[in-house]
Amino acid sequence: MARIIVVTSGKGGVGKTTTSAAFSTGLAKAGHKTVVIDFDVGLRNLDLIMGCERRVVYDFVNVINGEANLGQTLIKDKRIDNLFILPASQTRDKDALTLEGVGKVLEELSQEFDYIVCDSPAGIERGALLAAYYADEAIVVTNPEVSSVRDSDRVLGILSSKTRRAEKGEEPIKEHLLLTRYSPARVQKGEMLSVEDVGEILAIDLLGVIPESKSVLNASNAGVPVILDQQSDAGQAYEDAVARFLGEQRPHRFLSEKKGFLGRLFGS
Amino acid sequence: MLTLSVLHLLSSDMDRLAAHLDAKLASAPEFFRGLPVLIDFEVMAGQAVDMAALKDMLVARKLMPVGVRGVDEAQRAAAEEVGLGLLAGGSPIARREEPSQSTKPAAGAAMIVRHPVRSGQQVYARGGDLVVLSSVSPGAEVLADGHVHVYGPLRGRALAGVQGDTEARIFCQSLNAELIAIAGNYRVSEHIREEERGHPVQIFLDGDSLRIETL
Ligand SMILES: Nc1ncnc2c1ncn2[C@@H]1O[C@H](COP(=O)(O)OP(=O)(O)OP(=O)(O)O)[C@@H](O)[C@H]1O
Ligand SMILES: [Mg+2]
Repeated sequence: MARIIVVTSGKGGVGKTTTSAAFSTGLAKAGHKTVVIDFDVGLRNLDLIMGCERRVVYDFVNVINGEANLGQTLIKDKRIDNLFILPASQTRDKDALTLEGVGKVLEELSQEFDYIVCDSPAGIERGALLAAYYADEAIVVTNPEVSSVRDSDRVLGILSSKTRRAEKGEEPIKEHLLLTRYSPARVQKGEMLSVEDVGEILAIDLLGVIPESKSVLNASNAGVPVILDQQSDAGQAYEDAVARFLGEQRPHRFLSEKKGFLGRLFGS
Repeated sequence: MLTLSVLHLLSSDMDRLAAHLDAKLASAPEFFRGLPVLIDFEVMAGQAVDMAALKDMLVARKLMPVGVRGVDEAQRAAAEEVGLGLLAGGSPIARREEPSQSTKPAAGAAMIVRHPVRSGQQVYARGGDLVVLSSVSPGAEVLADGHVHVYGPLRGRALAGVQGDTEARIFCQSLNAELIAIAGNYRVSEHIREEERGHPVQIFLDGDSLRIETL
């Protein structure tokens, strides 16, 4: 049976898709058979970030409607063994997904895979709820600013009340905080909340802090998940986060400003 | 300090009432959001009121009807039908019987919440006390007919004595609330003093003024 992980946030544009791509790649690289599903029907972009947009034939909605089977629809990643992508439909609207249909597809994938990563759409409406409903674990992607933290808090409330585990009275969804687009320099200037501030408000386990980094945009333009850019700070931070998710203890890095050569020279 | 929780019903015409309310709510939608209201039927004696429609209309406007007062027998029955209890005070008919033995809620009457109350969530302990062992987030709301205790940081809205019990109190470890209220007497965050913020306090009514006392 697979573990189902939802990557969610409430607020849009905080880094869910970037995280879904990095995480699924990292899990597969660690030897776990992983599928990543794009739940953002109508706005698909996971396939772009994974660099497989030119190989999409069928999509998630086709599978739910019985127009294609999973074997025809799953796209095998070219770089990493064990990694598959289930793309979203670009042409349908979000009502094409049903709770029952999603449940069936996840059930079938569960037989095959170790991890199912669900890339949630923004918001707290139906689409986001469908992505989270069957989850065993949640990665709550949050930016260090008040509105993002507030939305994450709201999502945490939904995870603990409106999901399958909550409705069945089972053990609650395991919640992880991933703080992304973190800029220590801006935290220092008081323009952003610090890790401590966010941690104190949300009060859940901190899985990782991903720094604000140009490498993320470069990676997504190239269609390569940033975790594969091992030179980059964001890539390394994602790698740490995946390792922690898999039970390893690793210290948090990238929490303070790195000093450039001149900075060090002048002791500033 | 504000006491805005009583809605005096002057007509049974839902459309008129809705229009009236909308005009009022438009002035400060955020303030009224989730506000518990007591509906006063004093001047409506003998008139039929569609309770279900009235309740739905209030709920649709994000108000929280919690009870009625000044109702006649028929109105009282109709109110109970839709889950609105009768509140003692200002009532032309017999008061609801108070538990005679003791004013303390029976053991077990308190509702205990162990998890954080998150933004957008509301927890209401009807008929007793509420004990929150975790935090109350900004945008969350905790209410009780009796006392409210919050052992994590209180950053949302806390309302004690929402059915009008003026003896109810709020106890918290760290006061950072958006709004506190006891029996309809409100104070918003802006009017909580700096020296009371972030401290363990109790909040109670002294006459009709709300007092915050550090513990
Ligand atoms: N650590 C980071 N550093 C710099 N830019 C980032 C970082 N993480 C994400 N971004 C950028 O932020 C934008 C939004 O990222 P992404 O698409 O992953 O967010 P999302 O939460 O999936 O958005 P949506 O809610 O629209 O689905 C992209 O342009 C991405 O390149
Ligand atoms: Mg996205």
